[in-house]
Amino acid sequence: MPVIEVDQLARSYRSGSRFSRGARTEVEAVRGISFEVEPGELFGLLGPNGAGKTTTIKMLITLLLPTGGSARVLGYDVVADPREVRRRIGYVFGGDKGLYERLSGYDNLRYFAELYGVPPREQRQRIAELLDLVGLTGKEGQRVEGYSRGMRQRLHIARGLLHKPDVLFLDEPSIGIDPVGARELRETVAALVSTGTTVLLTTHYMFEDDELCDRIAVIAGGAILAEGTPEQLKSRVADGHVVEIEVFDGVDDRIDAVRAIAGVTSVGVESSDRSQLLVVRTAAAAQVTPAVLAALEGRSLGRVATREPTLEDAYVELVRDA
Amino acid sequence: MKILRLVAVGWWLQLKNRSRSSFDGLLSILYPLFFATTIFFLYRQNGDEAALVSAAVGASLMGVWSAVSTSASTTLQGERRQGTLELLVAAPTPFSLVILPATVSMATIGLWSFIVTLLWGRFAFGIPISFDQPLVFVIAAVVMTFSLGLVGFLQAMASVRYRAAWALGTLFEFPVWLVCGFLVPLSSLPDWVTPIAYLLPPTWGVSAVRAAAFGGSPWRDIALCLATGAIYAAIGVALSRRLVDSARGNATLALT
Ligand SMILES: Nc1ncnc2c1ncn2[C@@H]1O[C@H](COP(=O)(O)OP(=O)(O)OP(=O)(O)O)[C@@H](O)[C@H]1O
Ligand SMILES: [Mg+2]
Repeated sequence: MPVIEVDQLARSYRSGSRFSRGARTEVEAVRGISFEVEPGELFGLLGPNGAGKTTTIKMLITLLLPTGGSARVLGYDVVADPREVRRRIGYVFGGDKGLYERLSGYDNLRYFAELYGVPPREQRQRIAELLDLVGLTGKEGQRVEGYSRGMRQRLHIARGLLHKPDVLFLDEPSIGIDPVGARELRETVAALVSTGTTVLLTTHYMFEDDELCDRIAVIAGGAILAEGTPEQLKSRVADGHVVEIEVFDGVDDRIDAVRAIAGVTSVGVESSDRSQLLVVRTAAAAQVTPAVLAALEGRSLGRVATREPTLEDAYVELVRDA
Repeated sequence: MKILRLVAVGWWLQLKNRSRSSFDGLLSILYPLFFATTIFFLYRQNGDEAALVSAAVGASLMGVWSAVSTSASTTLQGERRQGTLELLVAAPTPFSLVILPATVSMATIGLWSFIVTLLWGRFAFGIPISFDQPLVFVIAAVVMTFSLGLVGFLQAMASVRYRAAWALGTLFEFPVWLVCGFLVPLSSLPDWVTPIAYLLPPTWGVSAVRAAAFGGSPWRDIALCLATGAIYAAIGVALSRRLVDSARGNATLALT
């Protein structure tokens, strides 16, 4: 039996004032999505800002009622049996909110241990274990208002794991933490998955998904555009390769010319301080490098490289087409 | 047993969190102190010692109600802003049992202001307080605090769904002072006020604390104070499921 079953799930928000006539608008944040997550799987929801990731998660963790469709977590309906769902799941979101600033890290954990019904005699040990797991041992006596962003995020993770949830929902957990912290976080998540916890994760960071996730659903505009393993997504969208050319004196006026070359599927530009990087994605077996270089005749070029498509390339293509 | 522990831990940690805000803390002590001081001056002018002492107790108790009425409806807005409201709702514990200890902790801060104001009256104004029955006095004050926490619980519940409900608390602060006999005896108010006063736990609480301080039997009033408070709590519990569901439907648990 799947741990998470989502069937035609939809949610719209009404906004605008009830009192000003005609000003009410309805936003369809999630438009009838369906997917399933199997036990022990790490499932990623990947999508741009406003795609509906948070809305989807909040429906699954019983904080928002769906306006259409249904969802079950561990066999319990999120609308009919919210308490059964809540007992068995953990929820962690990114950012530095969601903590009692004036309480110590330890007291924050103690409070939620109580709210999650962790037996009193086990609380002390459980909290010690988790502080150790997230590397906050020794800092638990300090008030949270003095914590750094990374410490807060780690405290959040510890909070989400207090009651040993079977399913963990992570909404952009690595937002605002440094690369080392983000790597440690990935290791922690991977360790949890290896002990049988099912994880649903949302993120913007492509490599995070590529490295971690067993399966990914790409979501944009409230709809799922593609679903599969990172490999499947990569091969499905971009079965060609990617040519990257560093240009020092501007490429914007040449993009149309490059796009017109036979075999080119999409062209992107990433700007940095000193140069621009022209990213040309190609169809299978197309040899476009000479033609692209010809189109850039007279420009001062840096590095030229050909590489395999990454998940990011697949994602960019999917989301752009949507 | 489990529930008692949950309520106790919740009360203690919420109290800790609340009393560490130096701004709120100062406000919840100073503000009632100013009111009480004005009242002490007025009554001292009068020269009637019995009325002065009675007013001192009433004025000191005003802080308990203020602490509850002003913060009960704003507290969930604070939790909402802090991002903890969603976490409280997402926990498997019934939401009532999460919020009740929080509002009782607010009333507890009011109890602290009560003590400070009494001492202020004693030492700055020389208002003689001779408690006939000290233990009963303490019981009456604690029961009143708890019962006002129950009223605050209903207010807090309403603000789960309605983000603008905080205004309600401020709205109730002053009328209750007047109607429930904190300063003016009930008998000097118009008759139609009496039934309203009887429905409000502060009326019985003030009466019980006074009886304990000046010799009289406070037990009936203590019981009525608890009973009326329990009615408010029961309404809050009965509505909690619907209010939380409505908040889930209308997406008012988070700020956005
Ligand atoms: N409470 C709300 N009221 C009205 N509209 C909302 C509300 N919450 C979200 N929305 C809208 O719903 C859409 C989806 O938002 P959601 O937060 O689910 O996106 P997301 O994928 O999590 O985005 P991000 O990556 O920025 O976190 C957006 O258009 C957003 O503006
Ligand atoms: Mg989001």
